[in-house]
Amino acid sequence: MNRQSRFVISVLSFGYAFLYVPLILVIVYSFNDSRIATIWGGFSTRWYGELLRNDQILDAALLSLTIAATSATGATILGTMAGLVLARFGRFKGRTLFAGMISSPMVMPEVITGLSLLLLFVTLQQLTGWPAQRGFSTITIAHTTFSMAYVAVIVQSRLVAMDESLEEAAMDLGGRPLRVVFDITLPLIAPAMVAGWLLSFTLSLDDLVIASFVSGPGSTTLPMYIFSKVKLGVSPDINALATIIIVTVSIGVAIAWLVGRHVNKPR
Amino acid sequence: MKDFIRIQGVSKLFGDFVAVDNVDLEIARGELFSILGGSGCGKTTLLRMLAGFEVPSSGSIQIDGVDVTHQAPYDRPVNMMFQSYAIFPHMNVASNIGYGLRREGVAKGEIARRVDEMLELVQLGDFKNRKPDALSGGQRQRVALARALIKRPKVLLLDEPLAALDKKLRERTQFELMNIQDELGITFVVVTHDQEEAMTLSSRIVVMNQGRFEQVGTPKEIYEFPVNRFVADFIGTINTFEGVVTVVEEERIEVYCEQIGDTLTALGRQLVEVGQAVQIAVRPEKIFVSKERPENDKDVCIEGVVDDLGYLGNRSLYRVRLKSGRVIQVSSQNRRRSVTRFLEWEDDVWISWRPRSAVLLLD
Repeated sequence: MNRQSRFVISVLSFGYAFLYVPLILVIVYSFNDSRIATIWGGFSTRWYGELLRNDQILDAALLSLTIAATSATGATILGTMAGLVLARFGRFKGRTLFAGMISSPMVMPEVITGLSLLLLFVTLQQLTGWPAQRGFSTITIAHTTFSMAYVAVIVQSRLVAMDESLEEAAMDLGGRPLRVVFDITLPLIAPAMVAGWLLSFTLSLDDLVIASFVSGPGSTTLPMYIFSKVKLGVSPDINALATIIIVTVSIGVAIAWLVGRHVNKPR
Repeated sequence: MKDFIRIQGVSKLFGDFVAVDNVDLEIARGELFSILGGSGCGKTTLLRMLAGFEVPSSGSIQIDGVDVTHQAPYDRPVNMMFQSYAIFPHMNVASNIGYGLRREGVAKGEIARRVDEMLELVQLGDFKNRKPDALSGGQRQRVALARALIKRPKVLLLDEPLAALDKKLRERTQFELMNIQDELGITFVVVTHDQEEAMTLSSRIVVMNQGRFEQVGTPKEIYEFPVNRFVADFIGTINTFEGVVTVVEEERIEVYCEQIGDTLTALGRQLVEVGQAVQIAVRPEKIFVSKERPENDKDVCIEGVVDDLGYLGNRSLYRVRLKSGRVIQVSSQNRRRSVTRFLEWEDDVWISWRPRSAVLLLD
């Protein structure tokens, strides 16, 4: 082994260690019997049991999952429509503006997105009386807004890579434009839509900042709950919760990767 | 019916770029018509206007007496075979072929019957349930053809139908296409950049250049009687000699070529004047090459030296350098079976051709 490759390998190991050692520590300490999170007191699964008896956590988790599923579905529908318009409607007036505005939520600081959405909801409430209370609906709308941008980008890039003559051929054979969308376009971009849905789901499940702005009393998402608990000191059941989330997210990423591999398979 | 398809004064502009420039064309029913030209000459744009994917900036298109200029692709009695074949990857062969009929609302049994008919026509009976990614290039081409033919269109448009196939398969498919066209009697309009393909397939050809038509005619007319330098050059190879008209008689024109210091004769009735600058053009295969001066003194004879030669099996190519330094291409059939070469490098030779073989080009 020459010096060059030893250097490369050590840099690589250091990088990976930096990324994954903390996660492994969380998983290891979730099986810690001790009440003090940083001192090892023997192997135990008691924190997992305690987690299941904690109604607050279960409520927060259920709320988070419902919001994630709803907003991911909404984002996939809207994002797919935006992606279709960007990739297939040619150069209409204001296309550049539209494209820029669709992707802006991706680069906008979350604090600003959250703050502006809060102002919007407050103003709306004063003007129309809706939303009477901030919570599930406002968080879902907020999450749909920013994850839609990611779906639009994924769908658009899939459409750009797709041979446009497929849709032309269907039209040539008698398919009217809307019919062609359902016969040809949607089946072919379905993998991209699934990938977009999974990404939106993860983004929503992960979000703390925007949810903190637009949530109201009684609607605490899982990240909000964890964050508030940690402020009072790390308790071992949070480690158990984190482990469950890590495993769930890993499975989600693996599925997204498998689907994505199918998307990119040359036809 | 001479004007089954009638294209009148059609232009297409993309911004400032003129893709198709005020063209007129009539295509008869049952013709196998080719649009031939290099890339960017506007041939594909013209085809897409026939299919309905582009709307002409001006002019009109009629098919079978109906103005289709502004008709949507799905309303036209026209189907197209795409260059990429555009086979739907998520449907099997039978669903691909039946797609057009399903959109038309034809009954299921009828669709199944006609799909089988088409599969038989293109000899794909055993591949009915295959997915497209399990097909070879030639099979995909035939699926695309069957899918475009199943609705029995009045006109079938083919965009570079053979470009994606290898040479052997291309030759076979050419004849298959011609047989199918003959059998069904559908008017075919083919876009191609391959002059050989256009020559073998078509009943008539139009040569396109920079959005305009250079010449419309049968393959023979285009090859043997090109109207200008572009057509002569584009279809096959040709040797040209620039010169000035010295004598104009009925059916006989003499041209003095300074390059070779000799007078060349061409036959034909063309409107030229003495003193006009013209070109004499001769195809390589119309030129004979021999070691002795040919006896027939009516022929045009020029002395030269073999500069280069190439053996192609069925024929040989010679590049003969004239005294003036001009290099002329000559192609001759290898009729005799022999190991030794009939001519060697630097041999002194005579090249000759009949005046009738030469074409007079005005530009």
